[in-house]
Amino acid sequence: MSGSGGHVVIVGAGHAGGTAAALLRQYGFEGPITMVGDEPIPPYQRPPLSKAWLKGEADADSLALKPLEFYAENGIDFRPSVSATAIDRGSKTVTLSDGSSLAYEHLILATGARAIALPIPGADLKGILFLRTAAHAEALKATVGPGKTLAVVGGGYIGLEVAASGRALGAEVVVLEREARILARVACEALSDFFTGYHQKHGVRFELGASVTAFEGQDGHVTGVKLADGRIIACDAVVVGVGATPNDELARDAGLECARGVVVDLDARSVTDPAIFAIGDVAHRPMPIYDRMFRMESVPNALEQAKQAASAIVGKPRPAGECPWQWSDQYDLKLQIAGYAFDVDEVLIRGEPASGKFAVFHLKGDQVQSVEAINAPPEFMMGKLLILNRKPVDKAKLADTSVSMKEVTV
Amino acid sequence: MAKITYVEHNGTEHVIDVKTGLSVMEGAVKNNIPGIDADCGGACACATCHVYVDEAWLSKTGDRSAMEDSMLDFAEGVEPNSRLSCQIKVSDELDGLRVTMPESQH
Repeated sequence: MSGSGGHVVIVGAGHAGGTAAALLRQYGFEGPITMVGDEPIPPYQRPPLSKAWLKGEADADSLALKPLEFYAENGIDFRPSVSATAIDRGSKTVTLSDGSSLAYEHLILATGARAIALPIPGADLKGILFLRTAAHAEALKATVGPGKTLAVVGGGYIGLEVAASGRALGAEVVVLEREARILARVACEALSDFFTGYHQKHGVRFELGASVTAFEGQDGHVTGVKLADGRIIACDAVVVGVGATPNDELARDAGLECARGVVVDLDARSVTDPAIFAIGDVAHRPMPIYDRMFRMESVPNALEQAKQAASAIVGKPRPAGECPWQWSDQYDLKLQIAGYAFDVDEVLIRGEPASGKFAVFHLKGDQVQSVEAINAPPEFMMGKLLILNRKPVDKAKLADTSVSMKEVTV
Repeated sequence: MAKITYVEHNGTEHVIDVKTGLSVMEGAVKNNIPGIDADCGGACACATCHVYVDEAWLSKTGDRSAMEDSMLDFAEGVEPNSRLSCQIKVSDELDGLRVTMPESQH
């Protein structure tokens, strides 16, 4: 392992960038590290923004990945409120928004993704919010409460978490979803139905098949959401959760190969330039267990790629193959998802959804491709191993909750 | 404040003052101690903050919650003194606590 090295510049101070900086030191890297981020605060955990933090159960200190002092104490030059504007790959320098520039030996792009805005009339009204950053969450927290109505555009996981937190804060919540069911792009029908019912039980209203055409406002502030059928849903605030797009313009402008995100190899290294890495939401990366490349938006993915890049820079062996996973907390439900449902030919439900404890297995032949586990840690933990090890399962056993998850393989 | 000794799988010890109210996991992560990854940040969703609690401290660190127990059942190298460190809250009572990280998180 190399204990020293040339300057590592990390562009982006989110979960991925912050973790890469910390891991480089943990792995014994002794060279200079500079990390620039366009937010005013050091790297923090984003998942609680839509959950514990929004409900007031976590504070700024507990969100921070590391205390601010950590960076100076560990020789990491952290520069807040600065972004990178250009990369000169020939001279290996990055130009920053404050006019300065940094020379690098290794460059890690951890620029993340940004929330997609709806290009419709009224989109610039006050009270139309997103949930991506601490500043977004602050604005949302200041807006929702008893007597207020929150409209959530998009019935994906972020939207549903915001809906649950909004209800916990005493606000009326209506979720507007373009598709015929919530979670349409990411979950099977059984899971959509389960979440719809659970949210309805907690007082959330749903408008499905609802296409949003405009935001209505008064005195510059949003007062309603207009649907294609002409109805106007009155509200005091809107959260738009319709997906994110990678911040890969910096890489594109520098001539790095991009798909939707910067194309990298198993070391998180750009396929165009070996001195440049891309990690987290901005990376389009190989995933050998599915024999394809894609872009993921999850904390475990950010951490895994931070490990890959830091390992490659210090000459440590590549981390063992991983099974991608993610989680979501809504009310008292813990949803844990392992893998992605690629090439699935059968969906098998283990347990009874009505019991609030079940798991949906997505199978390709007798192999598990993905599992969505609701309050079902054994199904999640074992599912993750089965996905990674590609062990065939006995479907009859898998469907039978009296058989332990430890005994479902053939 | 409680002094906690984190022992890496290879025997390296880290003695850290951890603020009351934080979890044993947070004490490690905020100080960049290797061996406690805590991917989920303390949501009891990942079992990557698994530690062995020194026998002498088991009565003070309390019992596993049902969710924690269920997660640990499928983690690697689980022993009777295994805990998820995100589920142990630091109090003055835990001053002197000693935990060891498993090989799988090495």
